[in-house]
Amino acid sequence: MVDRLRSVLRWEGALVLLFIATIVYGNNGSQYFLTRGNIFFVLLNVGEVAIMALPLTLIVITGEIDLSVASILGIAGLTMGELFQHGYGIWWAMIGALAVGVLAGAFNGLLITQLGLPSLAVTIGTLTLYRGIAQGILPTDTIQVYKPPYSNIGVTPIGGTEIPWSFAFFAVLAVIFGVVLHATPLGRSIYAIGAGQEAARFAGIRVRRIKFWLYVLSGLLSAFAGILWTLRFSSARYDSGIGLELFVVTIVLLGGVSIFGGRGTIIGVALAVIVLGSLQTAMTQANQSPQEQNIVIGALLILSVVVPNAPGMYRRARLRWQSIMARRHAGEAAEAAEA
Amino acid sequence: MSARAETATVGAARGAGRSRQLAEAIFRFRELGIVLALGLVVGVTTIHNSNFLSSTSIQQLLSGAAIIAMLAIGETIVIITRNVDLSIGSILGISAYAVGVTFENHPHIWIPFVFLIGLAIGVACGIVNGAITTIARVPSLVVTLGTLYVIRGIDARWAGGHQVGAASLPNSFTNIGYGTFLGIPYLGYAAIVAVAIATYAMRTFRTSRDFYAIGSNPDAARLAGIPVDRRLFLAFVLSGGIAGVAGAFWLSLYGSVDAIAGQGYEFQVIAAVVVGGVAIFGGSGTVLGAALGALLLNTIDSALVVLNVSSSWSSAIAGALLLGAIALDRLVSVRIAPALRTGTRRSTRG
Repeated sequence: MVDRLRSVLRWEGALVLLFIATIVYGNNGSQYFLTRGNIFFVLLNVGEVAIMALPLTLIVITGEIDLSVASILGIAGLTMGELFQHGYGIWWAMIGALAVGVLAGAFNGLLITQLGLPSLAVTIGTLTLYRGIAQGILPTDTIQVYKPPYSNIGVTPIGGTEIPWSFAFFAVLAVIFGVVLHATPLGRSIYAIGAGQEAARFAGIRVRRIKFWLYVLSGLLSAFAGILWTLRFSSARYDSGIGLELFVVTIVLLGGVSIFGGRGTIIGVALAVIVLGSLQTAMTQANQSPQEQNIVIGALLILSVVVPNAPGMYRRARLRWQSIMARRHAGEAAEAAEA
Repeated sequence: MSARAETATVGAARGAGRSRQLAEAIFRFRELGIVLALGLVVGVTTIHNSNFLSSTSIQQLLSGAAIIAMLAIGETIVIITRNVDLSIGSILGISAYAVGVTFENHPHIWIPFVFLIGLAIGVACGIVNGAITTIARVPSLVVTLGTLYVIRGIDARWAGGHQVGAASLPNSFTNIGYGTFLGIPYLGYAAIVAVAIATYAMRTFRTSRDFYAIGSNPDAARLAGIPVDRRLFLAFVLSGGIAGVAGAFWLSLYGSVDAIAGQGYEFQVIAAVVVGGVAIFGGSGTVLGAALGALLLNTIDSALVVLNVSSSWSSAIAGALLLGAIALDRLVSVRIAPALRTGTRRSTRG
């Protein structure tokens, strides 16, 4: 337990160091990086991605994955746009978007828990399917979604602060997720499923039911992120948020959640949100193109799975070295005996 | 327990033979099923519009399918080992751009040499994927998702906004993409030869049988003395190398290249491979099936245009087919697993 705690602290300590390095880099790149107004842009950029990262954290802790989150964001935003364009009120449009998200998540969950299909294959399939449906419905056009008091949610901070609405939603959700994951029987069940699914089932945990509802939750919150995205850009397109799954998965793994399941904390993920958000803004302000930023983010993704495995790599390398040396000594001994 | 073993011994030969036949019939059924689906799509579309079977549309269809089929060979090898390579679209893109730039700077370069350049770039990318996956023992999904973006980013940084146009490419090179022999494009022949070689290799060599063993049960393969890490490394290098060569073919077909060439190909290729009957859990599937899957998906794409369905639906159809294929595989394996299990027990006794 103490060991586990120490390794968690070490990981989060590394994130804090990474955050400091980002601030130094950002400050060198632009004199505006460390200004009060910039906090708003840092947080605004990661709001939607951060919200999608929360349910994905729970899914990865159970040992599964959901790659379809960005496509659900897209199709939910498109639903909202289509309903709004056809004269429904903004509230109905938003409820419709959430309903599509729940359906999309439930479809993922059904295929994974009822048919027993691997979540990787299913969500690669629905990533293509949901984005494809959105593209089929609206191949080229952009729908304008502008409804003044609501659209402000996407582009202005909460009155009197520098905190954007999307990040405030994330903060509230993160507290709820943190309490549920770290302090309730449900949270312990989620860890138990990730540590050993069979054992969890024999211990009476309803593995399939929990997984199913996690996918529904992921669909719901991805759709919610889609609403915020649509309000932020005042428009809906089929390719909204395309490729965002990279950011979401990177945040979760950079936050110290084990891709093998069973380990991870909400605090780590929240730290990763802030690190990645400030890094992204710092690079933008240093005139790095989005594609060039992807080099750094892709590398961080790989590092965040390689670094936790470093002790194992070291152990295997040492074993191999010892066996080579042992063989050499044995050879020398044999030669000596012959002589 | 012993009673069950007793009954199992009775009629051992017949049972083992039957379950093997059953397994073989199912694999044949899959390839035959794709051929039938192909026939159906072509038939319906031709009845609707006879221009569908015109030689130019067939040529376009086959050339496009040939590129995906080549990529599918490499992806099949990786998926058979129970891994996945998401970076092939990016590798194809950077290789195609490198070949284009080479032609810009050296217009009279010997054509086979550019294919070697593509191969070298692909192999280099494959080495990175394979090394990280096997040395750090981390899931290839995450590694190749990362390299997908890293390689694409390097490509974008290198290209900037630059585009290599058809004017920079010699005719003898673009002829590879446009030329035909007996109504079938050269690219089609290249894909057929590649699939034939890969099919022979995957059936014959010990190394390639190891891929199947690793995919069926990685731990058992390790205990059986198969050098798992080395084989996985090889699978990623092959996949990368094939994607690199496919990049050169891609450029010969499309005639111009910028930083977004091949974006999203990974999902098309995975859909083709899975529709072609390669199990996403690893351990079973054939290169031929994957290539037929690629042909089927491309035929559906072309048929949509002829049937006046917007081609923007093609991605949704690919996704739905992928999900349908894994669901079908699952149902079939649930049905045949008991038969195969008793078959194995009997054959070890007999």
